This record gives sequence, C-alpha cells and structure tokens, in this order.
Amino acid sequence: MRNFLAILAKDLRTLFISPIAYVVLFVFFGVTGWFFFIILQAAITQMALQGANQFGGPVPVDMASLITRSYFGLLSTIMLFVLPMVTMGVFAEEKRRGTIELLFTSPIRNWQLILGKFSAVLLVLLVMLLPSLAYLIVVYLYSDPTPPLGPIFSGVAGAFLLGGALVALGLFVSSMTENQIVAGVLTFGIFLTLWILGPQSGGSTSTLNQVLQYLSVLNHYDDFTRGIVDSQHVVFYLTFMALGLYLTAVSLDSVKWRQ
Amino acid sequence: MEPREQTTAMIEVEHVSKRFGDVTAVEDVTFRVEKGEILGLLGPNGAGKTTTMRILAGFFPATEGTARVAGFDVYDQSIEAKRRVGYLPENPPLYQEMYVDGFLRFAASIRGVPRTEVPSRLQYVKERCGLQDWGHRLIKHLSKGFRQRVGLAQALIHDPQVLILDEPTVGLDPNQIIEVRSLIRSLAGDHTVILSTHILPEVEMTCQRVIIINRGRITAMDTPENLGRRGEGVSRIDMLVGSPSNGETLASLTSMLESLQQVETVKPEASGDGRHRVTVAVRGERDLRPLLARTVIEAGLDLYELDRRTMSLEEVFVELTTEEKKPELADLAEAAGQLDEVAEAMDEATEKGAEQ
Repeated sequence: MRNFLAILAKDLRTLFISPIAYVVLFVFFGVTGWFFFIILQAAITQMALQGANQFGGPVPVDMASLITRSYFGLLSTIMLFVLPMVTMGVFAEEKRRGTIELLFTSPIRNWQLILGKFSAVLLVLLVMLLPSLAYLIVVYLYSDPTPPLGPIFSGVAGAFLLGGALVALGLFVSSMTENQIVAGVLTFGIFLTLWILGPQSGGSTSTLNQVLQYLSVLNHYDDFTRGIVDSQHVVFYLTFMALGLYLTAVSLDSVKWRQ
Repeated sequence: MEPREQTTAMIEVEHVSKRFGDVTAVEDVTFRVEKGEILGLLGPNGAGKTTTMRILAGFFPATEGTARVAGFDVYDQSIEAKRRVGYLPENPPLYQEMYVDGFLRFAASIRGVPRTEVPSRLQYVKERCGLQDWGHRLIKHLSKGFRQRVGLAQALIHDPQVLILDEPTVGLDPNQIIEVRSLIRSLAGDHTVILSTHILPEVEMTCQRVIIINRGRITAMDTPENLGRRGEGVSRIDMLVGSPSNGETLASLTSMLESLQQVETVKPEASGDGRHRVTVAVRGERDLRPLLARTVIEAGLDLYELDRRTMSLEEVFVELTTEEKKPELADLAEAAGQLDEVAEAMDEATEKGAEQ
C-alpha cells in the first residue's frame, strides 16, 4: 500500500510540477467552455423557434436533457484528444531518463507501480471532469421545470469509466516505447480507431458488425448520457481497463527480459 | 586460509550468463564477495560490467545461472533481495523536477524504510554524502558531481547490506573523486560493496579484491597487490644494437638470446639507421642485463642502449583484456583480391560509359 501511495504521489507531483497537467486542464476547460456556449446558443435559438410555433408546432423538447446529452457527447470527444497527452509520458519518460532502473531495482511489485501510476492519471481525469460540471449545474438551476439530476450523475460516471479505459490503454502504449511523442501519436490513433468503429459499421446486423459495435468505446457511453446505468456497459469498461493494465504489466515484464 | 564455512558470502554468482538475442553480454561468470569486502569489477567499456551489476540488482534476470544476494536469489526472491541492495546505476536515476529531500524521501519509501526512520536516515545519508545544505535544491540545478552524490545517497538510504555501484566516480572532478573513494572505503565493513570501473588507480586505492572482466568473461580474480605482482615476475629488456651490418649476425644473436635461461621471447625489429631494437621478455627475479650485454658483444654486435622495465598493473590489465589482432597474410591477400575485382568492375563501367 505504501509503495502504491509513494508512486501515486510521485506521479501526481510530476504531472503537476511539469506543465503537462496545467496545459491539459487549461485546454480542456477552455474548449469545453467554448463548446458549452455554442450548445447553449443553439438551444436558445431552438426554444425561440418553438415559441414562435406554439400552436400546431412540434411537441416541446426537454431542453435541459438535450443540453446535457450534447455536452457529455462533447466531453468524450475532447477526452479523446487530451488524454493521450497525459498518458504518453507516464512510462516512456521513466525509460528515457533511466529512472525506470530505480523503480525496477526497488522492492516494489509491478502491480503497485502500475496501479500507482494509473491512479495518478485517474485523479487528473477527475480534476478535469468535476469542475466542468459547473456548466450543467447552471443549466439545472435555471431550467423550468426542474430537470432530473440523474443524467448528470450517470453522465459523469460514464465519462469517468470511458476516460479510465482510455487511460489504461494509453499506459500500455506508453510502456512499450521510450519516446513519448511516439506513445502519444500511437495512443491517439488507437483511440480514434476505437471511436469510429461503431458509427462506421452502420445498421447492418452481421456478426462482425455486432462485434465491432460492441468494441466501439463510444456505443457503451451513450446510455450513461441518457441517465441509464447499465451493468453491461460498466462491465465493458472495467474489463477494458483490466485488459489495458494487464497488457502494461506484460509489456513491463518483457522490458526486463529483453533489455 | 580460513575454511569456507566460516566466511559469509554476501554475493554469490554462479555460472551466470546473459544473452540479448545473439549477443552474449556475460558468459559463465562465477564469483563470491564476502561480507564487508570491497570488490572491484574492472574491464574495458562493454566488457559486461553493467550487465553483471544489473543482474545482481534485479533489473533483469540472467539467462542462465543463479545469483544470490545476502542469501536470497535475485530472481526467485527478488523482493527480499532488492530490500538488501542499494544500487547506483551508471547514470544516476534522478527525477529532474524533484527537490533533493523530496527525491530521497521517495527513494526511502519505495525502498521500504519505516516511516518513523525516514527523517533520521535522510539526515544520515545527507551528512555522509555531503548534501546537508542541498536538500532544498532542485535536482535539475545540481552539477554532475552533486547528482552523483544524490545517486549515492539514494543507494544508501535504506541502509542496505550490499551496495552495487556502477562507475561511481565517472564525471567527477579530482577532488570529488577523492571524496567519493574515501566515502566508499568508509562504507566497507558494515556494507559489502561491489563497484565497477575502468580506471586502474581506483581499483588499487579502494578495492580489496579485483575481478578483471573482458568480453563477458572473467579473465582474472585476485587482490590488486597480487595482480600487480603478476607483472613483477615479468620484465622486459629493450636493447638497441648495431652492427657492421649483416642479417646473419642478428639472426645468430636472436638464437643465442633465445637459448638463454629465463628468456621467454625475443623480438628483433629494425629501427632504421642500420640499428636494431631487440625486445627480450624475461621471466624470473634475476637481473639478466649483464648477461645480455655480454651476449650481444659475443655475437659481434655493438650495444647502444639497455633498458629494463617491469610490468605495471596497467600492463597486466592491457595484457589480460586485449587480444592482439595482426592482419593475417590470407586476409591481406583476400583484401587485395577484392580490390582487383573492384578495379575490374570500374573498368567495365567506364568502357560501357564510353560505348554509350
């Protein structure tokens, strides 16, 4: 436990002392804020149109939940871009600077090292996600009638699970190279592939298609933004994380053998 | 000599080999280091010193053979073994953005120093390594010498029984080298130390026992004194002889010298201006200079110079770690053949060019 905490604290310090975490948070908050503004404007225009067509027009839309859903959709896209920047250096930099030699020759176990580093990045993810909920809280407070809180909570949970899965994958890629740029680009490429897997496969119901649909990290995220927490999706993300961390452990072990 | 059972080996390496694909870095290395001893691993760059040390520190396992530290197998009981080892890699593994104190605290916690003992250990290693006033400095602002000290401090932080130091004095200025050496000497006794170096005086000054390693194999293992003594028995006598000049006289001198007792080899070499430099290798304590001088005169030659030199530890080292490679005649013939082929090809190409 102590080793785990020591690694966690050390990595958090590294992320926050080096400008990585600040730059990523700055970009993340800036972009989410700007897009929230656009979503809000679109919603206002929509409402004005609805007002004009009050009689004989379309059924009034639940604006609050529409905004929430668009916002969470946006959140996931931005995570796709910024998370590789956080994970790329986690192992690659230790290897490049030779500090991996200190870690590998200390009496700590692989899982303590990996979980410590994983948790450090998850904390950064949490620091990213929680403040950005302020926008939704504003929507919640100023909506009439008061919308349900559920989708906000489930949405955050979904974003965190999705982010965690991507981080686990990012750590695996970072553990394979000592060049963090290579790790970053490769991680981004894999994220993007997993992203487009779902929409690409379209409406066909062939087995291959169903597999691809299942593998798409985004498909599992959708329900969360609607306020549905389905155990199937939770299991998917947790399995994804476990696999990513396991592969990281294998990759680190292979470093010990080959170097 | 003391019986084996009474001594306690802190490091036991048995038939260890390490291969990286086709490349063999270390081959069939076996040695022991007794408690409190300082052992030097001496060898040219790329001889396998770092690989041996990395295996002992548990960085990677050996391909074959076993290694034990304080009785624990470095692979099967790696956590227990690592607890007892302090390791300073060739490049100190430091986090540039950390403060010296913060880094040493981190090292203390991953090396398993009990929480309550961390402040006192921190104090102790900083004193030992001359870092008292440097705790609040960022590591990236430290000079090479101070980084090396921080590296040593992190290796000592958990009071390990065994210290593995890979080239601990590389990159330091002469004063720092002296400090580090005396620090290492002062650590012996409580700690068992194994250090690598390619600097000979370092071994003579700090180590009680030396292993000379070359191309992954141990070529000698002894005390520095004994290794030096190896050279004492052998002396080289250089002579400059001249003659009214015929080859026959020189050849007869060579055979006369070779027939003398204690003479191992005789190498005549033309030194221009009609004189010859003759190098005679002599084994044994007796000084052969008068006898050689007489022999030269008897052979009908003039003696211009006579110089006797004993082999230093450095020469022993060079002899043990270099394999002379003389170009063989066959190689030269082959090379010449290749040149001919190239020339022919070039001629053909020129002809073709001319035709076009």
